[in-house]
Amino acid sequence: MGERGRSPILAAAGVGRTYPVRGGSVRALDDVSLALWPGEILGVVGRSGAGKSTLARLLLGLERPDEGTVTYAGRELTSLVARDARRMRRAVQAVFQDPTASLDPRQSVGTIVAEALAVHNLAPRRSRRERSRELLAEVGLPGEDAFLARLPRELSGGERQRVAIARALASRPEALILDEPVSALDVSVRGQVLNLLLLLQRRTGMAMLVIAHDVLLVARLCTRVLVLSAGRVVEEGPAARVLTRPTGPATAELLAAARWLAAGEPGAAG
Amino acid sequence: MPPIVEVEDLAVAFPKPGAGMRIVLDGVTLAVEDGEAMGLVGESGCGKSLTALATVRLLPQTARVVRGSVRLGGEDVLGAEEKRLCELRGGVVGFVFQEPSRALNPVRSVGSQVTEAARLHLGVRGGDAAALASRLLAEVGLDEPDRVAHAYPHQLSGGERQRVLLASALAAGPRVLIADEPTSALDTVSQQRLVELIRRLRESRGLTLLFVSHDLALVGRLVERVTVLYAGETVEVAGRDALFADPRHPYTQALLQARLESGDAPGLFPTVPGAVPRAGEWGAGCRFAPRCPHAWERCRRARPALAPAGDGRTVRCFLASDEEEPGG
Repeated sequence: MGERGRSPILAAAGVGRTYPVRGGSVRALDDVSLALWPGEILGVVGRSGAGKSTLARLLLGLERPDEGTVTYAGRELTSLVARDARRMRRAVQAVFQDPTASLDPRQSVGTIVAEALAVHNLAPRRSRRERSRELLAEVGLPGEDAFLARLPRELSGGERQRVAIARALASRPEALILDEPVSALDVSVRGQVLNLLLLLQRRTGMAMLVIAHDVLLVARLCTRVLVLSAGRVVEEGPAARVLTRPTGPATAELLAAARWLAAGEPGAAG
Repeated sequence: MPPIVEVEDLAVAFPKPGAGMRIVLDGVTLAVEDGEAMGLVGESGCGKSLTALATVRLLPQTARVVRGSVRLGGEDVLGAEEKRLCELRGGVVGFVFQEPSRALNPVRSVGSQVTEAARLHLGVRGGDAAALASRLLAEVGLDEPDRVAHAYPHQLSGGERQRVLLASALAAGPRVLIADEPTSALDTVSQQRLVELIRRLRESRGLTLLFVSHDLALVGRLVERVTVLYAGETVEVAGRDALFADPRHPYTQALLQARLESGDAPGLFPTVPGAVPRAGEWGAGCRFAPRCPHAWERCRRARPALAPAGDGRTVRCFLASDEEEPGG
């Protein structure tokens, strides 16, 4: 990635973030640098508390770093003028782990998607419903009125996450940040949602940054991977290399646990 | 000797808003022999958590048992007196629930919560309780057990909280440990450590284990036998090795095929078509038929019974059972 003449969509340079806790502070991120290049699927793996979700919030501009800079298309997020900030919010979208929490329980599917179109001023009122149907079709959901009228609790977990993806696609983003996108879903529907992401990426060419603790999933989904441990980037490179021949102890630990859990065999071996 | 935990053809319903009942369990059968480790596997809405709760009659207030029986060590649970149930809960069966943050009281110290069952069932008090708390917290692998005993739940990590719950489940020395998705909120490294800890505790204490999870591979690390639930009913019961080597129910086959393995090439993920049906919204035939690659007309018309399939296995599938259809 990163050949001459291209620039990253999102980049972090020397980013640090410290949270106050009772009796001290926690260093959530420490001197983290990364770039998300057009068209790539970048995986960010690490244990709970390694800083993965903090990194996602910084890249989305939901939080500011204490040190370092986060840039969108080369411009620092904190210094974007109103018009550029709007453009960035359209260009970088997010999908979170638990669609139950990220979808308004009182809004129908149709309203959720139409509102995303309205917020970004992407479709005139009269064509919003038609455009919503197209977006739902893109994520493999039916577009008939009965489905548009459903509330989130009337959907399966997989359907809810597809609605969250459709909402994120409304603004035709350049980049999608996905924080544990399938870990709240049933095992038998995870594959469908992951394949949807892969196919959307291939069709639209948008970049994806996928945060997950399951390295086997990341190994299959991502082109490049970055390993976080205790707030620092400890390893980075092509997924095929990092997640088969790790060079650091943090990566090796993640990989060993994932292999052990996946093997499903008994006893002391493994 | 009867199985220590025995659920037979259990059906449970909840009142629907308005009128009528929604059946959420309809044909759950589970038998855990004394001393064995059993996995109870299934996805959301299959009824695995309700089944676990039913073993000690901890079903939600509005739930109604429509059919079936639940026994602990041969003793009827559904008709038991409240006083006897209290003895069974914690005293005979220890429980670990999925979300440690919800199962622990945020304003009570860890130590007092860990020993609650021992105070209730064994009358342990004062300094004895404090010593017991320390001993239990050390047993579940927490460094500095005295510090942890004086801490509050929010001061601990997710993995530590889950160990605290395990310690409190063991406080009164139960024979059976029921753990409901204890690892699903943890990262993979903590998952592996907790599974290894439960395995050690089971050996050192000679526990009977019922381990409830959506993750078949993880369950395989812990148990000797597996009961697979789908859509409110038991679909397959088999020894772990037999189940992994030769799954008979198409749903079990699909779950195993959907597993990710190390060394998988990048690319599309294995999938199971369709979605898990919502509780109670099941057709007349086999509940997996809409997603099953082998389903034929009969599967959509009639519901297969849970039937023996050789080698002590039972399967709810027309393709797998030994029995012929009555009348051909």
